[in-house]
Parts: sequence; C-alpha cells; structure tokens
Amino acid sequence: MLELRGLSKHFGGVRAVDGLDVTVERGQIFGLIGPNGSGKSTTVNLVCGVFPVTAGSVSFEGAEITNSPPHVALGNGIARTFQNIRLFSELTVWQNLWVAQNGQESVRSQGFFSRWLSGNRGQRASVEEQLEFSGLADKRDEPAGSLAFGEQRRLELARALAARPKLLLLDEPAAGMNLEEVKQLDERLRWLNEQQGITILLVEHVMELVMGVTHRIAALNFGRKIAEGSPAEIQQNQAVQEAYLGRSEEEGDEGGGSS
Amino acid sequence: MDFIWGLVQILGVHTIIGLSAYVILLTGQVSMAQAGFCAIGAYIAGMLTVLAEWHIIPGMLVGGLAAGALACVVGFPALRVKGLMFTVATLAFGEFVRLFWFNFDYQISRGGFEIGPLGGEGFRQIRFFPENGWSTLEVAIFVWVWVILIMAILWWMDRSRIGAVLRAVGEDELAAQSVGINLTAVKVTAFTIGGFIAGLGGGIYAHYTTHVEHLNFGVLLATFAIAYPILGGLRTVVGTLLAVLFIQGVLVEGLRFLGDLRNILFGAFIVLAMNLRPAGFIDARVTRALGRLFRAERGGA
Repeated sequence: MLELRGLSKHFGGVRAVDGLDVTVERGQIFGLIGPNGSGKSTTVNLVCGVFPVTAGSVSFEGAEITNSPPHVALGNGIARTFQNIRLFSELTVWQNLWVAQNGQESVRSQGFFSRWLSGNRGQRASVEEQLEFSGLADKRDEPAGSLAFGEQRRLELARALAARPKLLLLDEPAAGMNLEEVKQLDERLRWLNEQQGITILLVEHVMELVMGVTHRIAALNFGRKIAEGSPAEIQQNQAVQEAYLGRSEEEGDEGGGSS
Repeated sequence: MDFIWGLVQILGVHTIIGLSAYVILLTGQVSMAQAGFCAIGAYIAGMLTVLAEWHIIPGMLVGGLAAGALACVVGFPALRVKGLMFTVATLAFGEFVRLFWFNFDYQISRGGFEIGPLGGEGFRQIRFFPENGWSTLEVAIFVWVWVILIMAILWWMDRSRIGAVLRAVGEDELAAQSVGINLTAVKVTAFTIGGFIAGLGGGIYAHYTTHVEHLNFGVLLATFAIAYPILGGLRTVVGTLLAVLFIQGVLVEGLRFLGDLRNILFGAFIVLAMNLRPAGFIDARVTRALGRLFRAERGGA
C-alpha cells in the first residue's frame, strides 16, 4: 500500500534518512522503531510531504506521491499525528474536528457552500461521531489548549481520523502516557485496524506497545534500515540490540546492512 | 453638529479598513498593503462617479472588486513568504500603489473645468454627495450601513466553518495542512477578501472627503489598519470597532484640547492599552464570560 524506495533526506551534511526501503502492506500495523535521531519522524514527514525528499520515491496505492504537499497527501487518504501534539489550541474541541473534515468522501461530493460555509449535515454528524469515539463529548466547547495531556492526544488522533484515512501515520502516540493509557491506545489501534480497516504506520519508542500491536517492524539507525521482520524476530535481532544498547568498541560503529 | 457627523464618518471608514486587516490577521499574516488597496478603491470609485458619472454604490463595488482582484493576483507570490517577510513585501506593494497614484494623471475637461486625478496634486472635486444634496448626517448613515453590513457578514463568517479554518491556519500552518487544508487557497482567499473590503472603505473615503491624494494612503494608514484589530482583539469583529472608537474617538479627537501633548500621550496610551490587555480589548476570557452570560440568559428564558 505504501512503498518507500531509496528514500533519502539530507539536512546539510546530516543524512537524516538515507536510502530507506520500506513496504507497508494493506491492513498491516507496521512499526518503525529506532533510537532517537534515527530518522523515524523524518520518514513520516517525507511521506506527508512536509519537506521535499533529497532522493528516492514514495508511492501510495501504486501511484507515485513523492513530494505531494500535506493537504494533497491527506486527500489521497494519508492522515497523521505529531510527536509533539499540534492542536489548534485556541479553537474548541468541536472546531478542531470540524476544520479537519476534509477527507475524500466529505470533500468531493459537496458544493462550495456546504463544504466551507454552513458545514453540511454529513460533516457535523462526522464530528459528533469522532467526539463520541474519543470520549470528549462533554468537552466539546472547551478550547483544545485547556485539555489534559491524555485528552489532547485523544483529540489529535480523532482529528486525524476525521478525514477517514486509509493510512494513518502515528508519530510516537504513546509518548508521555502511563501504562494504563498505553493499554487503551493498544486496544484503540487494534480496533481501528481490524474493525475500520485502517492501515497504520506506527513510530514508537514504547516497546510494550510496538511489540504487542504490530504485524511487522522495521528498525532504523542513522537513517538506514538495520532490520525488518516480525516483532519476535526484531526482538532477537543482534543489530537492533546493538543500536539500542550500544556495542563494544572493537566492532567499530558503522551501522547498516541487514543482518 | 456637522463636526460630530463628520467624526462618525471617519470612525466608520476606519472601522472598515480595520476589518479588512482583521480577516488577513486571522490567518496569522500581518498585511501592510491595506492602505494601498484602500487607495485603489478610492481612486477607481472616484473616477467612476466623477468621470463616468456612475452612482456611488456601483462605483464603490467596482473599486472594491478591483482592489480584491489585485489582492488575489499579488497574494499568490506574496504569500509564498510568511511572517515578517510577508509584512515587508506587502509594505513595499502598498508604497508601490501609493507612488503609482502619485504619478497618475487622467484629466478630462467638462464645463470649463479639468477634472480627474492629477498626480501629486491629488484627485479633487469628488463631489457625488454634495451634487446629489446628501447632508452630512445622511452620508454618516450611508457609511454606517456599510460598516454594519460588513461587520455582520464577517461575524457570520467567523462562526462558519471558514472562520474556524482561517483561525486554524493562523494558529498552526503545518497542522492545518496535515488535516487537509490548502494553505495557499485559504491565505489568498483571506487576502482577497481583505483587499475587497479595504477597496470599499477607500471608495467611501474618497467621497466623504471629496479630495484624495497619494499621501492619504501612506504607512500611517496601513499601520492604523493593523493596529485596530490587534488592539481590539482577534476574537470578534466587535474588538476592531472598539479599538477604532478608542484610537480615533478618544485619542485623536477626544484629546485634541491637550494640544501638542496629545501626540505624546497618544503613543503612551496605546502602549498602556497593550500592556493591560495584551490579547486585545476583547480576548478569550471576555468572549467566554459573555458566552456564559448569553447561555445563562437563554437558559433562564
């Protein structure tokens, strides 16, 4: 469904992502792990077209979408959340979901007036549904900035789902969550994947979540893929353990190559 | 009494110009081009009523549309940059428009008089109101019908989805893009609406003063245009109106008796106001309190 071929992004001399090949199949929850600075968030940003790629290509459902800007990526069915939550904090919870009703169904079938001005019944119903889903119905008129941290995470996820995406990119959704919240997130992701049929690319440090929920994992280090496989295989992988825990000095420090 | 109605007209026109900047400020952009759009509306509406002998309303509308169309065309390249660079670009554009009118001559002879814009001399004798016998009061009412109309439309727009979208772009462009909002389309739309409103304001301005020249549309007017909505607060259009009343009504006219001291106090009062109310007269707390009051009343009824 999502194919990254030789994807590279260099910031000056820093190779944030360096020749990455990843294929996410439809219906998968695909994990992307790696130490800090290994290029996971950059990969998400490249898929969404936040900044142009240095080299390589991104294709989605067989069509090349390299360097499509974020709103075009969303129109194609790719929604995302951010590592550091980015809500419209002055807008209310309801408005946050309202402005996000830009998915394929809600956009193409409507005229200008209902899409932009009145906000048609379909959009409003969809907002209600997402409010219900995220458990924020009683906070609908609160400014998003006044919500508790966990509620903000839930709202951001609901906002990404407002467009009814086919592919959801989650950038460290469990960061700062306690174990109970991680468990809830785990269930929610499974539900989205199994009941709603949404393919998920999950960038995450919290191993309890990644190892439990994903079907397949790619591990990155220094912008390169060092391993790919099932959660069990990744846990056993020598290169991954070294990337996370370090290695003894005489082995050198050049990462790369799948083991 | 004419002095009072004259002041009422000034307040109305400045409110319209402030509202033109308000729309653009919602998307997080500070436009210094509003005086320029105002000049375009003023000269074009003036030429239509004086040279082509149109009625003022179609004249104003065409002036506004011309300013809006130009804003749309300029908006695409100008909005490729943002923040300070956008402000500087619009400042330069505003000055360009001013200097264009400074060099613009188009006079025709009618009844032994030369009429029409004449470069640095300005555009004199825009006499639609006196020729048609409108009193100062009637002109003041005419101005405020436009003010109320524009405020009502913007008030409604603020509460529609497009208002929420404009504010979303103003708050966080990357997040807005990521939920599917086309930044260029939204920002250019806001800039176009702002240009149109400023053009309408210019059209009225030209007719109640009966004489415009390029110096009327300099940096001072552009600064006032953005000062009103910022001082008034970006929560609601009413803030802009309050700021105009405060600046033009109280500081400029109300303190006239202080003579030269007024100019010093003018700046001091604005600094004081921004310190006391950093998010404007009507900030989030005020709107929330008003909202609660309104809901309570409705609930009680």
